[in-house]
Amino acid sequence: MNTPDKALKIAVIGSGPSGFYAAEALLRAGLPLQVDMLERLPTPFGLVRSGVAPDHPKLKEVIKVYDRIARSPGFRFLGNVALGRDVTVAELRAHYHAIILACGAQSDRCMGIPGEDLPGSHTATEFVGWFNGHPDYRDHAFDLGREVAVIVGQGNVAADVCRILAKPVDELRTTDISEHALDALAQSRIREIHIIGRRGPAQARFTPRELRELGEIHQCATLADNRDLRLGERCETELNDLQNGNAAKNCALFREFTANQAGNRRRQIRFHFYLSPSEVLGDSRVEGLRVARNRLEGPAFAQVASATGETTTLNCDLLFRSIGYRGVPIPGLPFDDHRGIVPNAVGRVTDGDHTVPGVYVTGWLKRGPSGVIGTNRADSVETVTHVLADLTQADAVEKPGGDALEALFPARGTRNLSYEEWLQIDEAEIERGRPHGKPREKFTRVRDMLALTGHG
Amino acid sequence: MPHIVTDNCRLCRFTDCVEVCPVECFHADEERTYIDPDVCIDCGACIPACPVRAIYDTEDMPEEFVPWIAINAERAATLPVLSARQPALPTAADRQKELGF
Repeated sequence: MNTPDKALKIAVIGSGPSGFYAAEALLRAGLPLQVDMLERLPTPFGLVRSGVAPDHPKLKEVIKVYDRIARSPGFRFLGNVALGRDVTVAELRAHYHAIILACGAQSDRCMGIPGEDLPGSHTATEFVGWFNGHPDYRDHAFDLGREVAVIVGQGNVAADVCRILAKPVDELRTTDISEHALDALAQSRIREIHIIGRRGPAQARFTPRELRELGEIHQCATLADNRDLRLGERCETELNDLQNGNAAKNCALFREFTANQAGNRRRQIRFHFYLSPSEVLGDSRVEGLRVARNRLEGPAFAQVASATGETTTLNCDLLFRSIGYRGVPIPGLPFDDHRGIVPNAVGRVTDGDHTVPGVYVTGWLKRGPSGVIGTNRADSVETVTHVLADLTQADAVEKPGGDALEALFPARGTRNLSYEEWLQIDEAEIERGRPHGKPREKFTRVRDMLALTGHG
Repeated sequence: MPHIVTDNCRLCRFTDCVEVCPVECFHADEERTYIDPDVCIDCGACIPACPVRAIYDTEDMPEEFVPWIAINAERAATLPVLSARQPALPTAADRQKELGF
């Protein structure tokens, strides 16, 4: 590395969208600056690789932008380096002028009800990670041998889980879905998928594009109940708001679904509203979900679900929850347990009423799990504006940076991968996919990735 | 099919869309922005970002906007990329009010 000593050295932790947009904003600042991106897996791109569904290849084209950033002068990838496992926050603060946390929201919110941990009850994260070949979820098993699945939650992740369960498997064969998932889905006997939300159709979080796709699945009937679409005055107020265009479009789609008939389609998706899960039923495995019926209370745009006292039971064999995501606390830094984020003021990490010098946060770990890929670009621009404002005002101190950090790794048994080594993995994955007509066949075990790059 | 910018952008050009675009597919002239259909990945981040709702998913838009598909493609091809947010046009506040937002 021929970084001039006066360069500002900045570590970005995490290589998903928010991390790459932070790197982009830093590298465009026109300052002498070195950005080192740490990633706990050998592979970059975070949820674009392991979250975006395999049948949404167009969204993954965003990787071309990240690849361009990664090849910029002043950028270094340190793959297979985990904060907490291989390096500490204190060490990073000693080696860099600033660190930007971009680790996302890696765990799921719990429903907090009895039976939630019964076999057959899963998080959406586990299922999505599994079909996308994330090493953490490679060995999870999902029993697709029975007929009825329930998904709790009405956002885009719930839609992805639903679509992968409902689509004819032949339509997934030429995607980059992992082979182990394809094999399991080919044997699936799932016939009914119920998607439940605690509020009404006007409050569902789907983007209309994702919802529309659920109505266009081959050999699948997508159904909703007419009675759920009789909206109150406050919901109509919400739909009529020009800035709330998604809700109006979603409701128009739900209305179309009420006219559909189950007929003799192979599968059906059914939307349920105004239901909160109260207990997962079953002795040794999931057999049903007890739900409490809600009504909406409160003013328009702030309507909350309130229990009516009526309960009912949905029989099911498989249960997924997709009701929000939480960041994971980082040892040595404050954490807002209620919101599941690192507390911050426009990206500056805060501890009570003071800021933690040199430590910043961006993306889902900063604002919570909202928005789409591009939302993170504006978010990271905001964080980086404050990073640069603070750094250019501070006295010039030299920091040892990434070369010195890398020197610590061998003694710790840490084998960090460079961006060039990721490109070897990338090429090998594309090669593995070719005979099967797939854009790639991902490696799903870290040891295989390390072996391929000569680190076995 | 990509997303497109329609007439509401004229005299506004707020460019909030540019800042949330993950792939830099926005181009602009003195009047408005345009989306390059070959670069847009249909993520939809720009739709709610626009203060005057000028942007539509072409799979889900009123018939009247169909001509904008060609206009976006043609203009984006000849204009420079906008990489970062710009100040809105001086007429933006009045135009926003006139459009009812």
